[in-house]
Amino acid sequence: MSVVTPARTTAPATSAVRLDAVTKSFGHVEAVRGIDLDLAQGEVVAFLGPNGAGKTTTIDMVLGLSRPTTGTAQVLGRTPRDAVAHGLVSAVMQTGGLLKDMTVRETVEYTASLFADTMPVDEALRDAGIEAIAGRKVGKCSGGEQQRLRFAMALLPDPALLLLDEPTTGMDVEGRRTFWNAVRADAERGRTVMFATHYLEEADQYADRIVLIANGRIVADGTGSEIRALAAGRTVRASVTGFGAETEARLRAIDGVDAVDVRGEQILVHTTESDAVARFLLTETAARDLEITSKNLEEAFLSLTGEDQ
Amino acid sequence: MSPVSMSPVADRRTPPLGGFNLTLLRIELRRLLRNRRTVVFTLLLPAGLALTLGGQSGWEQPVGEGNVGAYILISMAMYGAALTAASVGSMVALERSVGWSRQLRLTPLNPVAYILTKAVVALTMGALAIVTVNIIGKVQGKADMPVSVWVTAMVVTLFCTLTFAALGVFVGYVVPGENAMQILGPGLALLSFLGGLFIPLSQYAPVVRHLAYWTPMYGVSEITRAPLTHELPWYALVNAIAWFLVFIAGAAWRMSKDTARV
Repeated sequence: MSVVTPARTTAPATSAVRLDAVTKSFGHVEAVRGIDLDLAQGEVVAFLGPNGAGKTTTIDMVLGLSRPTTGTAQVLGRTPRDAVAHGLVSAVMQTGGLLKDMTVRETVEYTASLFADTMPVDEALRDAGIEAIAGRKVGKCSGGEQQRLRFAMALLPDPALLLLDEPTTGMDVEGRRTFWNAVRADAERGRTVMFATHYLEEADQYADRIVLIANGRIVADGTGSEIRALAAGRTVRASVTGFGAETEARLRAIDGVDAVDVRGEQILVHTTESDAVARFLLTETAARDLEITSKNLEEAFLSLTGEDQ
Repeated sequence: MSPVSMSPVADRRTPPLGGFNLTLLRIELRRLLRNRRTVVFTLLLPAGLALTLGGQSGWEQPVGEGNVGAYILISMAMYGAALTAASVGSMVALERSVGWSRQLRLTPLNPVAYILTKAVVALTMGALAIVTVNIIGKVQGKADMPVSVWVTAMVVTLFCTLTFAALGVFVGYVVPGENAMQILGPGLALLSFLGGLFIPLSQYAPVVRHLAYWTPMYGVSEITRAPLTHELPWYALVNAIAWFLVFIAGAAWRMSKDTARV
């Protein structure tokens, strides 16, 4: 969708987003209970968590829509409001945010007029693929078209940081793929992208880094495979002839092993250190047909956020 | 694709005037003129009232520097402009309820610049209502007053509409969605009756008249007709200023109450 040349970055030391011990309370309800987060420029980060985890509250604070109760939020070394005023950060919200009686072009024109530096309206419409419906009233556009309009509006100032809240809701599979390819291409040119999503596969496939949030805290932070490993480790399965009690004891003594299941010749080992277990089985025993499987992200997600209890 | 060369992060600028600009005004006005409801309130209703009420018996009686026809004309212009301004004001709350204000908070647009834009739009639409009513009055040919009174009354009326723009914002926040106008329409008509915009207060019973002195339309209607009547009781001035402040405070209060999810 986008072919904008993204903002050249400042000194690489400046974090795109920096949250220090951020909390947010609404009355007696603690929505965010202390989050530290540092996003480097050019990262594509998924913000993953169940409803009510504090995702949107955190995004609101990054955008300067609300202030942390305690702690500080910084965007590209500025306060969030200052970053917004300079057109450095944009967001695509999930729903609403559009006036039905405006045309697509008017909406983009209106938004463009508010920025000191902005790409031309025609170009934004063309890049988002909504040139043909520029004269249409927003209320008559489909959900996907409205989402593309929001994307066009967000890219007008060529933001260095783009926040997306459930960005592909209402898109079909093809639309989703096109969307993510555009986002990835953007990120390669230096734009930092942070997105909240419920599609776990999406987070796994398109993010460099997944930040898992539950009950107002970060419960895990890493790549998709790290998150999976962290959640429940991996299962190493092998057929071992002559697997005795002594071998089993040595197996159990390996760091990270939390369960060993012996079913005849079939050995199943649950571990966070699958490499060590595999190495042991292949070098110290007569193991064959060795297989390492990891839980999918969905299972990892449920076990980390405590949703399965 | 023409490559866009953007300034580096450190060189990014903020827009002048907090984002207030003519493109905003143009699009806002175009939206209103496309809106059937606004056109009815702004142009058709006050024009119709001016035509029907302006011709009632006794229109040729003298009042101040002119006649009763002029008196009615000024009052109808005030009514039309107030209705229009209130309708524009109530849109602020409507835009907020669909998340547009939140969207705007993701741009450099300063909230003060946003309110200023809405105020200018309300004044422009109010002016349109005033001009329409006065053209109808001129064509009808019954209103009689010196040109200077005519012009002064129109300008004074325009400034008085700001009170009702603020009222519109206030009511819009208290009554969510499109229902605001369903309250503002009849409400303003009632206030106009009470404030002596449709019927002179001298024709009311003393009790009603004393009540009327406290209502929001009383002050502004006396002020707008002052260029014609040369009469302006001090309490009418106090009334107008007080209600203006009350509605501004009410609107500001409701808006500030609402910042949890802008």
